[in-house]
Amino acid sequence: MSVLLDISHIDMVFPTPKGPFTALSDVSLKINKGEFVSLIGHSGCGKSTVLNVVAGLYQASSGGVLLNGKEVNEPGPERAVVFQNHSLLPWLSAYQNVELAVDQVFGKDKTKAEKKDWIEHNLQLVHMDHAMHKLPGEISGGMKQRVGIARALAMQPEVLLMDEPFGALDALTRAHMQDSLMEIQAELNNTVIMITHDVDEAVLLSDRIVMMTNGPSATVGEILDVNLERPRDRLALAEDSEYTRLRSEVLKFLYEKQRKVEPITKGSETRNKKKTEAA
Amino acid sequence: MATASIFNKISDSAMLPERVKLIINDVTKWLVFPLLGILGFLLLWSVSAQNIDTSLGKFPGPTAVFQQFESLYDEHVSERAKEEKFYERQELRNQKRLEKDPSYVAKTRSYTGKETFLDQIVTSLVTVMSGFLVAAAIAVPLGIAVGLSKSLNAAVNPIVQIFKPVSPLAWLPLVTMVVSALYVSPDPMVSKSFLNSMITVTLCCLWPMVINTSVGVASIDSDLVNVSKVLRLPALTHVRKIVLPASIPMIFTGMRLSLGVAWMVLIAAEMLAQNPGLGKFVWDEFQNGSSNSLARIMAAVIVIGAIGFLLDRMMLQIQRYVSWDKASADR
Repeated sequence: MSVLLDISHIDMVFPTPKGPFTALSDVSLKINKGEFVSLIGHSGCGKSTVLNVVAGLYQASSGGVLLNGKEVNEPGPERAVVFQNHSLLPWLSAYQNVELAVDQVFGKDKTKAEKKDWIEHNLQLVHMDHAMHKLPGEISGGMKQRVGIARALAMQPEVLLMDEPFGALDALTRAHMQDSLMEIQAELNNTVIMITHDVDEAVLLSDRIVMMTNGPSATVGEILDVNLERPRDRLALAEDSEYTRLRSEVLKFLYEKQRKVEPITKGSETRNKKKTEAA
Repeated sequence: MATASIFNKISDSAMLPERVKLIINDVTKWLVFPLLGILGFLLLWSVSAQNIDTSLGKFPGPTAVFQQFESLYDEHVSERAKEEKFYERQELRNQKRLEKDPSYVAKTRSYTGKETFLDQIVTSLVTVMSGFLVAAAIAVPLGIAVGLSKSLNAAVNPIVQIFKPVSPLAWLPLVTMVVSALYVSPDPMVSKSFLNSMITVTLCCLWPMVINTSVGVASIDSDLVNVSKVLRLPALTHVRKIVLPASIPMIFTGMRLSLGVAWMVLIAAEMLAQNPGLGKFVWDEFQNGSSNSLARIMAAVIVIGAIGFLLDRMMLQIQRYVSWDKASADR
């Protein structure tokens, strides 16, 4: 397997009125072609910052990202991003949202008919072909996220970056979306980096789980290889001993080694988040 | 069980079908109460009008004003008839001169009768719409540029903030002088007075539109901007596909705000500068001081209000049609 994406020695320092804040220090990670990697860690540990640097939306303070040996220094469609809250353009239908991406990426390389086929193909992939002419406001949260994924896939990215793609969805929809994503992954074998703070999601979907230490100066803590056979079935895995072991490894890292002590006064939101993680 | 079902049946038959009930509800809400409100107002008006004596006679009640609406319309019709006759006579005269002397070059003079109430309405409407459109043509692009660039915003903001609270009427003398100094042409396309009123309207519309557009542009969801970055949309496509649609609701808020103010300001400007329009009509009637004047002014007031209302409705309809965010139009 060849290294597709090389994140090497990234530091990220944000200037703040109170002085510089070091969010990341010395984050290094090599990702192979076709690999599905999850980044997991407590909220505020800089997972999203890593993703944004890879996407080119942030510039690392030092270190850099190589994609196919070339340095990444601006955003581009070869590193398509699926954002946490779908970020579809609300005035365009599902089809038009994907079309915007396809027109931009394949502008002159595809004919009109080819583009139409390609858009419809990607919407079929995420099972959204039945509602492709609906506006985002007219479809559910899970469906919007499906369209968001279709838009990213339609760019034919070399790396698909997903920033807590299912974080805003309810548990049942989320499970459904995870199954869909595994199905798509089996077909396309994309290289994916996904941010999550759902332990089950990480174990179920990933080939490798990258666990990050708490910030400030967050970095890669441990990397866990997930050698579960594919296709994976969540029901069968629930009783699988290897699955249980992997799951408890991640839990141990998060709640023993990198236990995050947060003041209770910080509000119920963070506590609720932890509850869903533990569940 | 048995008693319960019987009871249900009775209450079912006693109740009107849901649809009829809803319709009755709607009618009461949208027709009965508004009509009651208007009737109450008319009553209050006619009672108090009878008790106000002015130097021009009693303050006009609803009936007197209604009569003036009729006579204003009649005046308009007869004025049009006069105009037609004038042109007929002129035509005839020219033909006769031509028959006598074939080398004669016919002169056509335009009719210079006084403008009727309806003419003044049209003049005011044309003025306010042209001023508004000129302002929109300047303010929307400027607002987008200001919203996109923080440095430009910092540069333009103080000027906008200073000029925003200025009553456009304060500009009027300056506008008048500048227009008469710069707009000199032997064959003017539009009259100076029109230009004065229009520029005043433009100055009035400009600031709210610039501010609302720039705020709308600056507050676009950063995720949408990131989508545009990931797609590497060229600057112009970014504005066309992302920025403009995203800020349409705010742009329209600014437009409705400024059109409302512009209509009020225009009437005042026409009164002040004696420029043709509804404001001049009101002022002329006031100066005229006949026994009908107050009723005619009251008629103008009602028309001004109705037009202002219709202008806002029109903008609302356009917004509903153009904007993706249907809810924002009802706010």
